[in-house]
Order: sequence, then structure tokens, then C-alpha cells
Amino acid sequence: MAGIESRVRVHRPPVFRAGALHLGPVMLLIPALASIGAISLYPVMLGLWLSLRDTSLASPTDTFIGFGNYIQLVTDSQFWGAWTHTMQFTFVSTLLETLIGLLIALVLCEQFRGRGLVRAAMLVPWAIPTVVTSRMFGWLFDGQNGIVNYLLRSTGIIHRNVDWYGSPDFALVTIIIADVWKTTPFMALLLLAGLQTIPESLSEASVIDGANAWQRLWHVRLPLLAPTLLIASMFRALDAFRIFDLVYVLTGGGPADSTEVLSTLTYKHLFSALQVGYGSSLSTMMFITEIAIAAGFSWFLLRKMKEVGQ
Amino acid sequence: MNALSDHRKVLALGFKPSSARRVLVYAVAALIVCWSIGPFLWQTSTSFQPDRVLLAATPHFFPYPITFEHFVSIFTEKSFHRYIINSAIVTTITTALCLVFGSIAAYALARLEIRGRFRILWFFLAVSMFPQIAIVAPLYVLASNIGWLDSYRILVVVYLALGLPLVIWVLFGYFRSIPQSLDEAARIDGAKPMRIFFRIILPISLPAVVTTGLLCFIAAWNEFMFALAFTSDINHQTVPVGIANFTGLHYVPWGDIAAASVVVTLPLVILVLIFQQQIINGLTGGALKE
Repeated sequence: MAGIESRVRVHRPPVFRAGALHLGPVMLLIPALASIGAISLYPVMLGLWLSLRDTSLASPTDTFIGFGNYIQLVTDSQFWGAWTHTMQFTFVSTLLETLIGLLIALVLCEQFRGRGLVRAAMLVPWAIPTVVTSRMFGWLFDGQNGIVNYLLRSTGIIHRNVDWYGSPDFALVTIIIADVWKTTPFMALLLLAGLQTIPESLSEASVIDGANAWQRLWHVRLPLLAPTLLIASMFRALDAFRIFDLVYVLTGGGPADSTEVLSTLTYKHLFSALQVGYGSSLSTMMFITEIAIAAGFSWFLLRKMKEVGQ
Repeated sequence: MNALSDHRKVLALGFKPSSARRVLVYAVAALIVCWSIGPFLWQTSTSFQPDRVLLAATPHFFPYPITFEHFVSIFTEKSFHRYIINSAIVTTITTALCLVFGSIAAYALARLEIRGRFRILWFFLAVSMFPQIAIVAPLYVLASNIGWLDSYRILVVVYLALGLPLVIWVLFGYFRSIPQSLDEAARIDGAKPMRIFFRIILPISLPAVVTTGLLCFIAAWNEFMFALAFTSDINHQTVPVGIANFTGLHYVPWGDIAAASVVVTLPLVILVLIFQQQIINGLTGGALKE
């Protein structure tokens, strides 16, 4: 073994020197590109192909049916229900996380004692596994013994226990609360980093010009933060759109399908009904929606950048 | 560093924050801390309380009487250590591979002559934003064809591909920030790229590599969907699958769930608190530099 290795080492230098100068650096990307190609790109292509077939893990049928799955999908009320819930969840949670995150970031921008402690505490929700978060919120918001119900009752805000994720009216709200808890701190840290790149001299100048705190925020810091804000919320929205763990563990899509989202619906089609073809057409639709979301944000971002450039 | 904070102090004085504003800042800060760690503290308190107290009409905020029955129960009745061992194996191998593949790729992109480096970088970012459910079914079919279901291999391979974009982005930002002059001398002496990487770049980047490894570790440790889809026996299932599967016959075993949550989360929380500054820099620096 050692002999082979040393021989290889003797042979390598000339390969690097001769003509491989341009190939050399690209070679270093091959392990990473190969694993991503094999695990992400190839399966995506395979998924597109599967979505055009009537195939199932349970039966041997496997025929090409063109856009048959998609035609079935467009008239599938379960699909549109899940699509609507996913969009509602994505929109509301991204909006809340961005706004609250911005608020927290602005506070953390101030100098005060214990700031490091606050920043450290904010990393806790980010580090906790999402499955643990789901179970934690399952216990916090439990319909009978949940401490949230207890606190709300003892402060007189509610008079009877609310069956949070057990009722179709509040289940999606509970999931949004759990998601806001888990991801807002991270959003705040990103925005804080963005705020700290804004040169102090600009704020200083506006203060000398007699701007008050509100004007300073609205006319100096927010416009400069806008690109960061847009990029951060775009990634947040794309990530929120894929939500799976929280819903699967907390409600399983129920009650009465009120929290069914695209990922959980697709998962059920794939692994409960074993409809690989139909499930794949669902995930293709998710892809298309994600691209649309990314395109929407990019359009805003480009416009914003042009404004700043002028 | 000192000069900077002095500068800030002067500025802060210049703004003359009113005392009402100070109070407001502290109040919001206290709220943020309670909001962030409150649920986890309650989960910890829950894990030490006997079931009859948990199901009583009035909850006890502090665990009295204190009990360890839930911790005993998860390891004796539910074999929770099996899940921890599985997770530890998968996560450790994943992190090691991610760091090896990712750091050389990031090095090549950041410091060597590569045409279209930013296009490649954006490609990695775009891949990490894919809806992951889209690759579950095709991968399931592939894995079952080659007999990789219910194995550590399939999870390692998937987590590697999911973790690489993050590792490459964070390390790219860091490698870019190292001054070119540092390895110029070595390059003029004719040192090969890999030699420069191992002798110069890697040693001074060790803190960043450790942080990136930690991020990768947390991501793999927490992953749920692929583990759920690809493993069905306790010899390969990971911690999140184990916790998701905790169910009781007549009621939800909240105490056991809380104990398991504390066991798998406490190490993460401690690590994060120790490395908080590096994690924040790693996660936010890379995103803003380019």
C-alpha cells in the first residue's frame, strides 16, 4: 500500500505541470460537484421523468402517460388546499419574521450591557432540532395541560382552554407561531450584521443635520438595509415554502387537512399511497412555485439596486 | 478593536439616549431572552416532573417533586441510546466528508484561477434552495435498487450533498478574506496549490473550519425527512425520527419526550453558547461579503 502511494506521488508532479494548469483547480471541485450532481441534480431530472409516468411502488404498472398526472393535479382540490396553506404559511411567517427580526436587530444595534448574552440566547432556537421544536410546542400549546392555555387563562385573556393545534381554526396559527419562534432570532442576526455594515459616518452626518431617531431610521438606515432585507427574506421564504418537519410532527397535516402543506401532501402520496408518478408531479409543481417566488424577489431586488445606483 | 468601541461610545454619547429609551431597550432585550430560552427551560423543567404533576390542573414551574424516571425510561424502555449512536455515526462521517470536499472546493473557488467562479458559487446556493421533497422519491427508488435503504451510507451521502453548499459558502467567504500576499511567496517558489492549501491556508483557517464543521454537524444532527423516508429500523434511525415516534398508548408521554429533547439538545446548546461569536460571524459574514 505504502509502495503504491509513494509511486503515485512520484508520478503526480509532471501531470500538474504539463498542460494541466487550467484543469488543475477545476479538479478540486470535482468531489463536491460529483456528490451534488449525483444526489441533487440527477434525482431532480429523474423526478421530472417519473412525473410523466403512471408508476407506483405498490404495483408493477409503469407506463408513460405524458402530462396525465399534471392534468389530474390541476383538478385535485387536495393539492390546491395544500398549495394555499403553504402560500399562507410562507407569506405570513416570512413577513412576521422579517418585521420582528428587524425590530430585534435595531434594538441590538444599541450599546447596552449584556448584549453578548442576548445574542447568545438568540442562537438557542436556531440550534434546536425542528422535530424537538415541534414536540416542545406540542406540549406548550397542548389543549388540556398546555402552559400557554394556563397562562392565558390566569391572566384572563381567555376563559376556556383553546384547542390550539387540535382545531382547524388555530392549527395553522400554532404552526406559524412555532416557526416564528424558531427562525426569527436567526433573521435578526442576519439583519444585525447588515445594519453593522452601514457606515457610522452616515448616521452621524444625519444627526448633525438634525435628524431625529425616526428620520434616521426611515431615511438613512432602512434604504441602505433594503438589499439585505430583501435577500434575507427571499431565503427565508424559499425555506418556509419547503416546510415539512414542523407540520409532520405537530399535526400530520390535520385536523381535517387544515394544515396540510405541499411537502407533507407529497410525502403522503409517495410513502402512504406509494404513487411515485403522481407524487413527483406534485414536487415539480413545488419547484415551479419556488422559482416563481425567487423570480419575484429578484425582480424587486434588481429594481432596488438600480434605484440605489442612480 | 478598542479604538472602534471608543468610537462607538463617543457616538452613543453624541446621540444622548434618553433614560426612557434605555429602559425600553433593556425591556425589549429581556423579552428577547425570555422568548428565546423560555420554551427550552420549560421543556427542561418538564423532564424532571412526574407524570401526575404534569397532568395536574395547575402546572408547577419548577420541578418539585423532582424525578429522574423519564430519563431512566427513555434509555431502558425506548432504547434511546440506539438513536443517539446512529445519529453520532452518521453525523460524524458526514461532517468529516463535508469538510474535506467542501474546503478544497472553497479553496479552489476562492484562491485559484477558475473561470466563472461566481456562477459556480451561485449554482451551489441555488441547489441548496431546492425543495428537498423533490429528490426524496427518486433517491428512494435508486437506493432501493442498490440495496442502500436502512443503512448509514444513504444518509451520509444525502447529508453530504445537503451540507456541501453551506460549507463551501462559509469557507469561501473566509478564504477570500485571507490576504493574497500570504501565499504569494510560496507560489513564486513554485509550491503546488494543494501544498499551499495544506501548509498555509488550512492552518490559519482552522477556527473557521471548526465553526463550519459545527454548522454542518448541527444541520445533519437535526435532519428529519430523509431519515424518516430512508430508514425503518431502530438500528439505523436517527434521533429526530426517534423523538417523532415517541407515542404512548393512552396519552402523549410528554415527560419522556421532554427528557429526550433535553438529552439531544443540551450538548448543541452548550456548543452554540461556547462558539456563538464564531457561528454568528460564519453565518452572517459569508452572506454579506459578496
